[in-house]
Amino acid sequence: MLKNLKHEILETNVGVLLVGTMIAISIGGLVEIAPLFLIKDTVENVDGVRPYTPLELRGRDIYVREGCYLCHSQMIRPFRDEQLRYGHYSLAAESKYDHPFQWGSKRTGPDLARVGGKYSNEWHVQHLTAPRSVVPESVMPNYPWLLTTPLDYSDVEDRMRALRTTGVPYSTSQEEYQKNVKAFGEATAKMLDISHAQQNLIAQAESGNYDGDRSSISEMDALVAYLQVLGTMVDFSKIKPEDLVKYR
Amino acid sequence: MSGSNPALAEQYDYEIIKKFSIMSIVWAVVGMSVGVYIASELTWPFLNFDIPYITFGRFRPVHTSAVIFGFGGSALFATSYYVVQRTCQTRLWGGGLIPFTFWGWQAVIVLAAISYVLGYSQGREYAEMEWPIDLLIEVIWVSYLAIFVGTLMKRKQPHIYVANWFYLAFILATALLHTFNNLAVPIGLFSMKSYSLFSGAQDAMVQWWYGHNAVGFFLTAAFLGMMYYFVPKHAGRPVYSYRLSIVHFWALSFMYMWVGTHHLHWTALPDWASTLGATFSIMLLLPSWGGMINGIMTLSGAWDRLRTDYVMRFMIVALSFYGMSTFEGPLMALKDVNALSHYTDWTVGHVHSGALGWVAMISFGSLYHMIPKLWNTKLWSEKLVGIHFWLATIGVLLYITAMWISGISQGLMWRAFDDYGNLQYSFVESVAAMHPFYMMRAIGGMFFLTGMCIMAFNIFKTIRQGVHQANVAGQTAVAAA
Repeated sequence: MLKNLKHEILETNVGVLLVGTMIAISIGGLVEIAPLFLIKDTVENVDGVRPYTPLELRGRDIYVREGCYLCHSQMIRPFRDEQLRYGHYSLAAESKYDHPFQWGSKRTGPDLARVGGKYSNEWHVQHLTAPRSVVPESVMPNYPWLLTTPLDYSDVEDRMRALRTTGVPYSTSQEEYQKNVKAFGEATAKMLDISHAQQNLIAQAESGNYDGDRSSISEMDALVAYLQVLGTMVDFSKIKPEDLVKYR
Repeated sequence: MSGSNPALAEQYDYEIIKKFSIMSIVWAVVGMSVGVYIASELTWPFLNFDIPYITFGRFRPVHTSAVIFGFGGSALFATSYYVVQRTCQTRLWGGGLIPFTFWGWQAVIVLAAISYVLGYSQGREYAEMEWPIDLLIEVIWVSYLAIFVGTLMKRKQPHIYVANWFYLAFILATALLHTFNNLAVPIGLFSMKSYSLFSGAQDAMVQWWYGHNAVGFFLTAAFLGMMYYFVPKHAGRPVYSYRLSIVHFWALSFMYMWVGTHHLHWTALPDWASTLGATFSIMLLLPSWGGMINGIMTLSGAWDRLRTDYVMRFMIVALSFYGMSTFEGPLMALKDVNALSHYTDWTVGHVHSGALGWVAMISFGSLYHMIPKLWNTKLWSEKLVGIHFWLATIGVLLYITAMWISGISQGLMWRAFDDYGNLQYSFVESVAAMHPFYMMRAIGGMFFLTGMCIMAFNIFKTIRQGVHQANVAGQTAVAAA
């Protein structure tokens, strides 16, 4: 029987070759990808991780637009040196609302997974406008236009709705809002309400005063708001290391 | 365009191959120029000039898309259309679909480049194109598959030649990867912006399943198809081992799809997935080297050709780099090595030893072999091929040596502790230490680019010569009649 199964069958029939190749190339992806959606432990069950506010979301869009991920990772590995340099290793839960993920693959500059709260807003503005004025050896480009370009937030609801379609719990109804109150608390739930997105964005930019100018909302406001929240959502003082081990 | 052998031009569709060959060289010059520029930006950051459109972050995808999809993609379209016709001894099937793949594909590269500099990006490496461009690619790719399979179906040979298996696997795998990695929700019908369907760990998995198989199928399997036709053809010898090519094909196709997770070692991706990736990466060494040996040994009995034939040299050096990078790859996929090498320039060097050393060099060899045949003439200058060869080889070596040193230094500096158990270096000290190597890398790139420009000139002259000879032949024929 096996003797009759010659490779010649594949070489002389396009259809058989096509199907055979398709099977050969499909298995690897299936085995590695499908379980990640099915195994519950893939993403840790930790408190604190919430979707981005409208302003942070627009900041993240700018981060993606400028290709920051090409030089900065957002994924701290569980090594002693990385713990000392950047902080607690990154959890899968911390990027569960990240569409797309921005873990990166290269550190031409340092990791940013926990950059939030490490530097003042003023430092970020100065550094983004002219990196070498604060870090002389830096090779990062200057981003002066962030400060001078007004933030376009006219379509922020559309953006949130698109993300809602992918599964991010931005709310459109009272029912969804109540669910968010339960999950994230009232203050956060209000921020995730799509119908008040523009109001919330303006309010956060004004109270946060990220770019040092309250009179207008710049792209700098949004980007700094995003950078300042990175890695700050999970309170690691409340988590025992052994609780995380089972997920690894 | 004239210049072809009229009999062959009737038997085969050469027009489409000519167009893709020329654009392949154009995109190589463009993409490598941008590459040299962004390498220089990392060395001398003032080159960003505070212009949003040319900052490193927006320009880098222009480089990767222009070289991978513009240069590599066009070279693959050209050679696959050539190989499938020659080995099936039939004309391309597809009618209007054939020129559509050409104009569509060129439009994709141009639109991608424009959209990147304007700031439209999906934020996924090597898949930065936003959703409208992705849809266009999807349509082109299905047409490409239809043309390729359609042509295979009307072949005049009972057997499908091995090179075509590899091209077919490349087309199928690229369709699969492209489709799933680009699943996204646009924010509106009239907006370029979209958000990926998946998030976090799952998104990372899908992206690197795509990312590494863009390397595995777009930049490897397809170019192996090129190798399996042009190396034996140029050497005038049969493929070394038929059995080895079967094992090579199936093992490579099956195993490559597992290895993407080695880009995610020590991350928040579950450990089982990255361990699987590491395991298959190590096993992949076997088919990779099987293929390399099959290519190199095809030359046995004709080794003397290497002394005189620079086109042959391109092919053999390409295979050597293929062997080297497919050894380095499994090494870097080991978790302990990866702990050092990940996030550093070592990865960048590894990619370029594959991309410049293997992909570009096998393409150069194949294009130098094919283009004179398309225009029914001889290469304008063999000597310039020689100069190109040396510039390219020196360029790659400078590039990867610089990246080895800087990559390993970065890895070691980041994890160095002083006597008190504190970190020995601040991050920016590692940045400053890289400066000389970034300069060396840019210079390596300049060597490679210079060689590329010489090739473009030589090919331009070759085509002109072919067209001229055809015109003269045509006039003689008219005069005789």
